[in-house]
Amino acid sequence: MNDTRQQLEHLAEMRSLMERSTRFLSLSGLSGVWAGLCALAGVFAVYQYLEIGPFAFQDSDLYYNKAIRTIKWGADYRSVFVLIATLVLAAALAGGVFFTTRKARIRGERVWDAASKRLLWAMAIPLFTGGLFGLALLYRGYVGFLAPSTLIFYGLALVSGSKFTLRDVEQLGMLEIGLGLLGTFFPGYGLALWAVGFGFLHIFYGAWMYWKYERTES
Amino acid sequence: MKDILSQLNPAFDHRNRLGIMSVLAVNDWVDYNTLKELLNLTDGNLASHLKPLEAQEYIEYRKQFVGRRPQTTYAATEKGKLAFRAHLDALEAMLKIGKDMED
Repeated sequence: MNDTRQQLEHLAEMRSLMERSTRFLSLSGLSGVWAGLCALAGVFAVYQYLEIGPFAFQDSDLYYNKAIRTIKWGADYRSVFVLIATLVLAAALAGGVFFTTRKARIRGERVWDAASKRLLWAMAIPLFTGGLFGLALLYRGYVGFLAPSTLIFYGLALVSGSKFTLRDVEQLGMLEIGLGLLGTFFPGYGLALWAVGFGFLHIFYGAWMYWKYERTES
Repeated sequence: MKDILSQLNPAFDHRNRLGIMSVLAVNDWVDYNTLKELLNLTDGNLASHLKPLEAQEYIEYRKQFVGRRPQTTYAATEKGKLAFRAHLDALEAMLKIGKDMED
């Protein structure tokens, strides 16, 4: 049935059009891997600043109690945390834009189109809310909730954005939210959970998505 | 089989028109250039496929200015969405029969 085959081809094409016109599919897995590496570098810097290690849970000092008392490198923890966070964010974003632009070019698609705008908009509200909330926590001295709250709001942003990009992002978002909630109940593990969520999960999901969607393209 | 074939909408018997309806079925308003790029069509070609859909009132358009440049955006009408869905149902039924006959 030649006609059937032709109709099937049409259906496949329609499906692809629906996907491409609503979802931003050029998001590169390498962006995730890079973001994860930046996050781990940031956590490493924080550990250096506080002079503790990732496995110092048993320390009677929870890391954030230590933070409040630490003055090192000529700065208190607020300035150091904000500086490290800004650097990590800037590096992660720059790399993310780089790898995603590269993937879009390989696929012959535009980076700045209706779908990518929708993706960014869907993520913007949870991200800005979380960013301001985090700053408030920091300036009010609730340092223990800082790491978990960034995980939660970032996770919400991913879940909300996942409707407009690769579906795997939703699962990553759920895991980030889960880690964040865990951190609110066990504040002493906040930084370690942050390293897992922003560091290892990004690397793992990024590599997996790269393997799944891009291996054959580049 | 005959019966189902008659339910296939002749307005959608071209892949580009199916493509236009697919994009408009899942998006609110899509501008002309985005449609052109998504479907990989030339100006004249896209216009010639939009026209019959407009004539059937399956799609509507509005013109506005973005900065100084005029922009035309398109959307599927309720009527268009219903017709498109009916067409997809008919296609599905047809493919099912086709598959049963092969089995």
